[in-house]
Amino acid sequence: MALAHRSSGLLKPLSTASSSSFLHRRPYSTDDTTTITVETSVPFTGHNCETPSRSVDTNPKELMTFFTDMALMRRMEIAADSLYKSKLIRGFCHLYDGQEAVSIGMEAAITKKDCIITAYRDHCLFLGRGGTLLESFAELMGRTAGCSNGKGGSMHFYKKEACFFGGHGIVGAQVPLGCGLAFAQKYRKEGHVTFTMYGDGAANQGQLFEALNMAALWDLPAILVCENNHYGMGTAEWRAAKSPAYYKRGDYVPGLKVDGMDAFAVKQACKFAKEHVLKNGPIILEMDTYRYHGHSMSDPGSTYRTRDEISGVRQERDPIERIRKLILAHDLATEKELKDIEKQARKEVDEAIAKAKESPMPDEPELFTNVYRKGFGVESFGADRKELRTTLP
Amino acid sequence: MASIFQGFGAATSLSSSASFDTKKLQFSSLRSLSGKRASCVVVRSGGVKMDSDSNRIGGRGDQLVTNAVATKVDNPAASTASKPGHELLLFEALREGLEEEMERDARVCVMGEDVGHYGGSYKVTKGLAPKYGDLRVLDTPIAENSFTGMGIGAAMMGLRPIIEGMNMGFLLLAFNQISNNCGMLHYTSGGQFKIPVVIRGPGGVGRQLGAEHSQRLESYFQSIPGIQMVACSTPYNAKGLMKAAIRSDNPVILFEHVLLYNLKERIPDEEYVLNLEEAEMVRPGEHVTILTYSRMRYHVMQAAKTLVNKGYDPEVIDIRSLKPFDLYTIGNSIKKTHRVLIVEECMRTGGIGASLTAAITENFHDYLDAPIMCLSSQDVPTPYAGTLEEWTVVQPPQIVAAVEQLCR
Repeated sequence: MALAHRSSGLLKPLSTASSSSFLHRRPYSTDDTTTITVETSVPFTGHNCETPSRSVDTNPKELMTFFTDMALMRRMEIAADSLYKSKLIRGFCHLYDGQEAVSIGMEAAITKKDCIITAYRDHCLFLGRGGTLLESFAELMGRTAGCSNGKGGSMHFYKKEACFFGGHGIVGAQVPLGCGLAFAQKYRKEGHVTFTMYGDGAANQGQLFEALNMAALWDLPAILVCENNHYGMGTAEWRAAKSPAYYKRGDYVPGLKVDGMDAFAVKQACKFAKEHVLKNGPIILEMDTYRYHGHSMSDPGSTYRTRDEISGVRQERDPIERIRKLILAHDLATEKELKDIEKQARKEVDEAIAKAKESPMPDEPELFTNVYRKGFGVESFGADRKELRTTLP
Repeated sequence: MASIFQGFGAATSLSSSASFDTKKLQFSSLRSLSGKRASCVVVRSGGVKMDSDSNRIGGRGDQLVTNAVATKVDNPAASTASKPGHELLLFEALREGLEEEMERDARVCVMGEDVGHYGGSYKVTKGLAPKYGDLRVLDTPIAENSFTGMGIGAAMMGLRPIIEGMNMGFLLLAFNQISNNCGMLHYTSGGQFKIPVVIRGPGGVGRQLGAEHSQRLESYFQSIPGIQMVACSTPYNAKGLMKAAIRSDNPVILFEHVLLYNLKERIPDEEYVLNLEEAEMVRPGEHVTILTYSRMRYHVMQAAKTLVNKGYDPEVIDIRSLKPFDLYTIGNSIKKTHRVLIVEECMRTGGIGASLTAAITENFHDYLDAPIMCLSSQDVPTPYAGTLEEWTVVQPPQIVAAVEQLCR
């Protein structure tokens, strides 16, 4: 059973088309001792810094984990799409399908003590940080089992224990917050870093450059990650930015351009950035990625780009397909097993949705909880502080 | 852990009054105090001397130097004896409070423009940077939006920053951060994050500083849910409120006034923290309740002198807590006097006085003998010319005239 010493291409896969020869069926490899070296799709481009190597080391376990997690994320986003269309999710819903590689690659390079803060396209990042499907769906549907008790919504997912700081609705406002997280990390001398994520639309915000200036001035361990999906809602990047080379816009701050659809490129870049930042101060990572859905569920996504473009990217650069090809090439699992994994993901998502639907909506006293921290203003009194409007935890 | 003290000064002294059930509040306050080491002496603002016969709260009001702006001591008897405590100016009191808190808790840090090497544009942070280092007393570039955001991010990670706006008016640039991130993060994260920041700075109309540097932001911030607002007016309450604000786990905006930084007062040597939501009884009275805060307190006390000579007995309350209003103290006063005059430096439209009028009308309508009068600044940008600037702001003769009209 030990398939630990396979080198590429020595043994042919036992079953390809015929699924009947499951006499020799083995579970897909979950060993993490074999090193597989993968080449990133394109080399890195650097601005004011040397680039990391294109060869990334990985192992079968990691490859399978990447596939499983990305399949789960993709399934979650698609399920959210249909929930929105059946009016169970209201308001704004920004979906991340197509961009999963950024989340997965980043998580592979860092620990749960490093902080991540992002804008409103946060569902998959929350999942990557250890959030559960139940918490996500319950929050999207506004139920108490949600990660923010149903009071935040799609744009306000947070997970404090995993250092995931959300979840912000106003474009660009999370960048100064991210520099504040990095400031606190420097203050406490803990040796962790902060990944402050924003999009190509937010890259034109003034507060980003203000925050970058301060981070560079004080050598804060802040990694600014620009998830460039080439459209700021309906405006293409070349129509919004004079210089769409976002990794160069830091000027004195070094930058790296990364193929954001390649999970290994992301992993390598984040590892490199973490080491760099702990010594030298901030760095900008531009992730060249793509979103299949529109900006949000109220945007069809086809008025400003062609369907051919979307399907073209899906065929050539899809992150899950890339991992699938790698797995099949290195013979770590069969096609059927991969399909089973996807089926399993679908099953998990459906179960989570069913469970989330059972969770109740918040009651009226919940309206007043958590406005203030306990100790001040938590008991909402009427006049004379006589009439206690609600008792709060 | 920061120990938070809640002093219910007004509650204890009015236990004799039958109309309120204060017992519930007293017990709840005692419960919160039990189990905590009393490392601080809490001096409640009005509770030093209590007159149990009448429902008056005596106390500090008598010893207070009431019109320090004119630098004349009102009560010579009190000042001749060698009193305990030390004398200092308001900005020094703020600095003392800040320093004591920084000493006490290593997570407290200051950030703002020119707070470090320069010592603060109003000298509030003078001497702190050499003592605590450049990271703890951080000189920021001129980027209010971002450094306010940075302070909030640091607070999410567990630090307790004090963000200084060189002038309150500059914080308008940080409004998004204050409103959305500071005020709302505790709620939208379902209670996961607390934002214990203190945002402070001088505001108000100064001496011919011009329109953009004479803004009163309390009216803009007052409807942000999740924040608390306090305004200090004397060295005593400046230090107490600064300490309370730093210890609070909620975001607090501390409004100081440009013209009050050089007020001198004698404050106690021992440590004290004031209650953030409590109003201060400046001068007890019978005829009319005058509600005020910040610099207008001194205009009111000046007018009070004239009024006393004319035979009126105004009760002056410095509301201090702008959000939430201390409707308890205010309500008790209204139930006694039945007439209310609000004197504020805010604009007429949508100011603190407007909200206070609404709150009082809603809750105490039955007790009012006359409509509430509200004197505020004019709805104009503050002009540069000295005479015009004087007419923008409420002056003592207007206060006297208003009281006379109210008490007719």
